[in-house]
Amino acid sequence: MPKDSGIGAATLRREDVRFLTGKGQYSDDINLFGQVAAVFARSTVANGKINSIDTTTAAAMPGVLAIFTGEDFAEVGGNPAGWLINSRDGTPMHEPKRPVLAHGKVRHVGDAYAAVIAETAEQAQNAVEAIEADIEELPAVVNMKDALSGSNFVHDEIGTNQCFDWGWIEDNRAATDAAIKGAHHVTTLELVNNRLVPNAMEPRCSMAQYNSATDEYVLHTTSQNPHLTRLLISAFVLGIPENKLTVIAPDVGGGFGSKIYHYGEEALVLAAAKKLGRPVKWTANRTEAFLTDAHGRDHVTKIELALDAEGNFLAFRTETMANVGAYLSNFSTATPTFLHGTLMAGNYTVPNVYVNVKAVFTNTAPVDAYRGAGRPEATYSLERVIDKAARELGMDPIALRRKNFVKPDQYPFASAAGLEYDSGNYDALMDKMEEVADLAGFAARRKESEAKGLLRGFGVNAYIEACGIAPSNLVGVLGSRVGLYDAATVRVNATGNLSVMVGAHSHGQGHETAFPQVVAEMLGIDASVIDIVHGDTSKIPFGMGTYGSRSLAVCGSAVVRATEKIINKAKKIAAHMLEASDADIELKEGVFSVAGTDRSVSFGEVALKAYIPHDFPLEDIEPGLEETAFYDPANFTYPSGAYCCEVELDPETGKVRVDRFAAVDDFGNVINPMIVTGQVHGGLGQGIGQALLENTTYDENGQLLSASYMDYTMPRADDLPFYAVDHSQGNPCTHNPLGVKGCGEAGAIGSPPTIVNAVIDAMQSGGKNVTHIDMPVTPHRVWSAMQNV
Amino acid sequence: MTNVTMTINGKAVSGEVEGNTLLSSFLRDDQRLTGTHIGCDTSQCGACLVHVNGRAVKSCTMFAAEADGAEVATIEGQANADGSLNVIQQAFQDHHGLQCGFCTPGMVMTTAALLKDNPKPTEAEVRAYLEGNICRCTGYHNIVKAIMAASGQDVSAIAAE
Ligand code: FES
Ligand code: FES
Repeated sequence: MPKDSGIGAATLRREDVRFLTGKGQYSDDINLFGQVAAVFARSTVANGKINSIDTTTAAAMPGVLAIFTGEDFAEVGGNPAGWLINSRDGTPMHEPKRPVLAHGKVRHVGDAYAAVIAETAEQAQNAVEAIEADIEELPAVVNMKDALSGSNFVHDEIGTNQCFDWGWIEDNRAATDAAIKGAHHVTTLELVNNRLVPNAMEPRCSMAQYNSATDEYVLHTTSQNPHLTRLLISAFVLGIPENKLTVIAPDVGGGFGSKIYHYGEEALVLAAAKKLGRPVKWTANRTEAFLTDAHGRDHVTKIELALDAEGNFLAFRTETMANVGAYLSNFSTATPTFLHGTLMAGNYTVPNVYVNVKAVFTNTAPVDAYRGAGRPEATYSLERVIDKAARELGMDPIALRRKNFVKPDQYPFASAAGLEYDSGNYDALMDKMEEVADLAGFAARRKESEAKGLLRGFGVNAYIEACGIAPSNLVGVLGSRVGLYDAATVRVNATGNLSVMVGAHSHGQGHETAFPQVVAEMLGIDASVIDIVHGDTSKIPFGMGTYGSRSLAVCGSAVVRATEKIINKAKKIAAHMLEASDADIELKEGVFSVAGTDRSVSFGEVALKAYIPHDFPLEDIEPGLEETAFYDPANFTYPSGAYCCEVELDPETGKVRVDRFAAVDDFGNVINPMIVTGQVHGGLGQGIGQALLENTTYDENGQLLSASYMDYTMPRADDLPFYAVDHSQGNPCTHNPLGVKGCGEAGAIGSPPTIVNAVIDAMQSGGKNVTHIDMPVTPHRVWSAMQNV
Repeated sequence: MTNVTMTINGKAVSGEVEGNTLLSSFLRDDQRLTGTHIGCDTSQCGACLVHVNGRAVKSCTMFAAEADGAEVATIEGQANADGSLNVIQQAFQDHHGLQCGFCTPGMVMTTAALLKDNPKPTEAEVRAYLEGNICRCTGYHNIVKAIMAASGQDVSAIAAE
């Protein structure tokens, strides 16, 4: 096996060449003959009754071909929630219909109530401005506390703004309460996990074509999972049969969760393409992205940690309000519950955990999974309250964590929050982190900072996450309405090269490079003859897409299974060619040989033979060499890590600068270390962004105040340091064939509490007894906190 | 409609544009040079960055008519004559300075402008120069590293992979 192309090689990415030369093909780069443009009319108020929409003037404007309003979709289905959550009293969650276009009421700023199709986008935009909509503004529900106590409802027909009131695990509640009541010490913390806008750099774009002769549709769209989008459109929204709808997600410029979901714009362009018989394209501008992409986080939490006199954790009890916005986006009900509550034991042997989550409708954009999805919220709560407890008890924050870590001999470990962790070694991660971060040098660095009049703080964090989002049987019990497996087809072509069709979608993760490394390793051939095909429902058997750090753990495992089938069949063909028995055939370095002899055939010869089966015993061997596998794992995977950072804080201005950041992760086995490191870097950038810079603010009328890059602070290069990243401490996942755990979200999960813990430490070192500060930790907040103690 | 003529990546082109047609639209829609990307509507992201008469310009901030007679360079013209990646492009690949690739054309064009003015920038200078280019994928680590490598500096001491 060439060292530069199998498992473990830092192979350079082949997709880079097209991106570096301007030859990528993102959705908006694709134009079709006869294409026309869609532009949406969007609500400027957060809550409003639609009295009338007069399109007469708009319809007569130059270039206008059609105008749609909510009325046109009154009979089609709503965009559904993918997870059914039951409240503590056993009643199912409230599921208001999420229509293609708002009908009767608009429920958040940006909610689309009409769409114009015109020859050009400019004409469509002009016509949108000529639509006369009589929308009566109503008081908006913005704040979650008010939403729960008031009588103004986002959805009148439900009669409450509480989507559900969920308890996890309800049977543990009494024991948790008792443990807290009797504890030697209880640390309590109230915190906000700030609302974020995912901000993939490519805005969403959807383009539909329709062929009336065959009744077939093709949808090009910016999606992380084209099959799920097809399924939702087919089964729930428009009822287009799956065999008549092809969904293609070409190059996609980042997703981070926001492009998992099906959005109404996709349904609109499909309906319009059919009506007009012409391709219809819509491309969001950045303002639309801010207003309508599903946002992330937005939790308000109270967490309590009970400890005994020695510092052993006795219980975590959490009460969270989770904003779901105006409508339920596809994963919005899973994110604050099963991707959050189940992780509330963290890396610890704590015996009692109870989590209560109230999901709340508000007149804001839908909130759903954003990089990490629930797990950053869990980690932030846990790791902040642990830090606070350490300070209250006068214990070292690292020692307190170590004292309570699950130990390596305890796996498989049944956590008090209901998961079974398969593997890990949290002390080893912490050891490595102390080394990588040069913890020993901290005191000297603090002195140097102090000499400059700056405060230096050290922050630490341990995290565990549940990744490889699957398996079907577990998520089914937890309320998922879909299965969560993945699929791959390995096609060996007659000339010995391979096309591997995968259900996972790559939008920055480097699948086109990493997946061939796996197949190359198994077959003993060079990865350069293996190509990945993804993002097109007409070419790929099926797939549940890319999110939850699942691509390699789940889809990669399907690739392994399909390749194993290829090897089995290829051995049969080789045995036939070599007149030997199947059992005697060995595959090594791309050559099939009869064990103990020098008789052999190459992989290429077997491939050719498969397609020229002149002398095949057809009752034993079918022609061709192509295999498909669906893979559904036995458990989640459990990546974990130990992170730390040092910040410098200027007490004069409150400005915080991240000086050093070390991330040590257990991702199990690593296929391409270069790509894995890059994934951690990206997650860290987003997590540090959340901690220091990013905030999504609605005013009391539900106007989004941070709806552009002038108002929403995206992390820039000079806001961030170089990071020290290490993944040498991998403990292979015990239940998938690659032993991989997933690395996409770790950085975004582990970094926010690390930063905030460091900021608190910096303030404390300056003699300011600040015990908590909410994210983003802006200069104003820091400065104010320091003045007020 | 007015007629504009300009040189794009060394090739003379002309086209009919409205007075308010942006250079970015002219490049993407008229010239089919879709490597220049549109990531925002407030001139902040830098995905649309090209060179006009040798200067870095966000093409979403300039009308096509203003570029009449200009020399324009876009990402499509950056590779070496034999089609291989140029030094900057190669450094981005070698150091994994891109993930989804959407910000990448702007990053490469910005780097070219930076290195022309400042052939050996420090880390701080690189980070400051990238003020107008947003990347959501990479956390910037490998972009900064790639740019320093493209300038011929030894980046082996900068952490891992
Ligand atoms: S598109 Fe030009 S700066 Fe964003
Ligand atoms: S590589 Fe995706 S935005 Fe930079």
